[in-house]
Amino acid sequence: MAELRTDEIQVNFGPQHPSMHGVLFLKVTLDGEIITNVDPVIGYLHRSMEKIFEYRTYAQCIAIIDRADYMSAFFNEMAFIQPVEKLMDIDVPERAKYLRVMLMELNRIQNHLLFYGAFGMDIGAVSPLLYCQREREKLFDLFELAAGYRMHPNYFRVGGVKEDVPEEFLTGTAKFCEDFAGWLEEYNSLLTGNEIFQVRTRGVGKIDTGWAINVGMTGPLLRASGFKWDVRRGEPYLNYDEFDFEIPVGTQGDVYDAYWIRMAEMEQSLRIVKQALSKLPDGPIKAKVPLNVRPPKGEAYARIESPRGELAVYLVSDGSDKPYRAKLRAPSFLHIGSVPDLLRGAFVADAIALVAILEPVMGEVDR
Amino acid sequence: MGSLTTVGMIALKGLAALAIGLANVIVFLYLERKVVADMQVRFGPMRVGPHGLLQPIADSIKLIIKEDIIPAEADTWLFALAPVIAFVPAFMLYLTIPISEHLVVANLDLGFFYLFGMLTVVPVGILIAGWASHSKYSLIGGLRGAAQQISYEIPLLASVLGVIMLAGSFSLVEIVKAQQAPLLQLGGVTILPRWFIFLQPFGFLFYFTAALADTQRTPFDMPEAESELVQGYSTEYSSMKFALFFLGEYSNALIISALSVIAFFGGWSGPGPIPGVVWFFLKTYAFVYFIIWLRSTLPRIRIDQLMDLGWKVLLPLTLINIVVTGFLIIR
Repeated sequence: MAELRTDEIQVNFGPQHPSMHGVLFLKVTLDGEIITNVDPVIGYLHRSMEKIFEYRTYAQCIAIIDRADYMSAFFNEMAFIQPVEKLMDIDVPERAKYLRVMLMELNRIQNHLLFYGAFGMDIGAVSPLLYCQREREKLFDLFELAAGYRMHPNYFRVGGVKEDVPEEFLTGTAKFCEDFAGWLEEYNSLLTGNEIFQVRTRGVGKIDTGWAINVGMTGPLLRASGFKWDVRRGEPYLNYDEFDFEIPVGTQGDVYDAYWIRMAEMEQSLRIVKQALSKLPDGPIKAKVPLNVRPPKGEAYARIESPRGELAVYLVSDGSDKPYRAKLRAPSFLHIGSVPDLLRGAFVADAIALVAILEPVMGEVDR
Repeated sequence: MGSLTTVGMIALKGLAALAIGLANVIVFLYLERKVVADMQVRFGPMRVGPHGLLQPIADSIKLIIKEDIIPAEADTWLFALAPVIAFVPAFMLYLTIPISEHLVVANLDLGFFYLFGMLTVVPVGILIAGWASHSKYSLIGGLRGAAQQISYEIPLLASVLGVIMLAGSFSLVEIVKAQQAPLLQLGGVTILPRWFIFLQPFGFLFYFTAALADTQRTPFDMPEAESELVQGYSTEYSSMKFALFFLGEYSNALIISALSVIAFFGGWSGPGPIPGVVWFFLKTYAFVYFIIWLRSTLPRIRIDQLMDLGWKVLLPLTLINIVVTGFLIIR
């Protein structure tokens, strides 16, 4: 019998597609339902952020970098501030450190909640997205109490934070921590244990540790492959070494592990927030640093663990009040680079789940 | 003169069936939005009329007055024909649905055959829509839809064969009548009626699974998997053509609910002095609620898993069900 010949067709997923994250554009070549090749096209959200940095003072840069990874703005600010503080050798007051940790971990919960909702949506369950928004609203309210803004807080400053948090923020956070365990249980019962969910995610898309390191994968995806690496533990910044938390690690490196790690990380973040809340010291919230800082001539590189992976800024200072060059090492950008390898040979439906676990935020990819 | 009145009567009956069908689909649409909203911690439509009661009407007006776009590359005739092919059979199904013993337009002796025959026409419309749209999303959606419906039609029909064997008739009215007798009596009081759900529990399970897949409801809503294929075969459709697809789809889901009631849950029969019509609609809407519930809860399974389930699990199981039922009847 003659071999049945099938034609390949090229289908465009994005930049405007209901399930694409932001404006990611994947040129997908399909053989039936199987993907034979993927060509990611990026740049639809390019705002030449890194060039703009060179014309703004450091304080102004903080407001701009909020817009890079718009889902986890506190991490962006921290990533940008850290090399500046390293260059200037600033001793950040304890209270500021605790506030930063607390807000960043709340931000991590917020980000992972959106992942939970969007991931559910991507594999066909509509409800999770609406459930997670309920709690995200509460978190945004907390951010608003602390910083005055919800999405783009512009709250961290070189040497500390903008201003002290009001009392309601602390009580609100305590209340949130109290309630969140119950909500997490609700999320798990809605999606994690579902038979169809298990069938859809288990054994789909193996992430191999060696390959993951080669393509520059970090964060939850690297941990899903079974490699225990978290900057918070491996290279502690702020005062993460004072907190008691675990790093969830996967075993299979499949979609389920990548999902599960996010759910487990929310629990750990909650633990950190609780500890920070109980240990929060009194004192100044900002070191004696002028608003318009002038770091000495030199260069610095510092990384933090953002919800997506290692977020780092390489900063070159020429001694003026504006950065000479600030390069953002965005985890999403590197993850997008792994898409062709990851998706080749997968079903169309799996491809959507695989892109979903990469969780790319286009603001960070294109910058 | 006499023949003219007969024709007129038939036309009138048909129109009545269509009207009842449409009215129920509109109720279904409203319920779906409200129930799903309730399960997703939100309100749903609230602005048009009290609690958004007039929302379906507003939606229909919107759909009717929208611009009817035909893609430049599309096959114009087939493009216009596809929604009609998908819509008409869906509404012709109402002709045989017995709402109560005498409230049925046509009590066909081969009612079940007619129903499944009509359901088989729907994928043709979907396939044509996918092809004629000249869009890749539509094409894949259309192929998926047709493949899915064809593979699930067989287990669907096979799963109700047990019921047909027990009732000894293909007629829907006869099947309901066969369920009127009591199954379990205690001191003259009927504890369990002879509904076929008690005699054919597995048959019902298979039927409902196959029916969900056949009507492309969650978790089997593959052809219009919005996360992959935008809107599947109806991506390029707008205005009234889209509405026809939409109505056809919801009408099918409604028919499936009504059919579960007729084949497994005693149709219009029920205890107490409540009229049969009320019982029928109560039961049907219980199933409608269940279908909506599934939609707001479950993720979607993958196309290859769907095919596996249809051919490797459901089909053998339904065949075993038929054989076992046959043995039990003979014994």
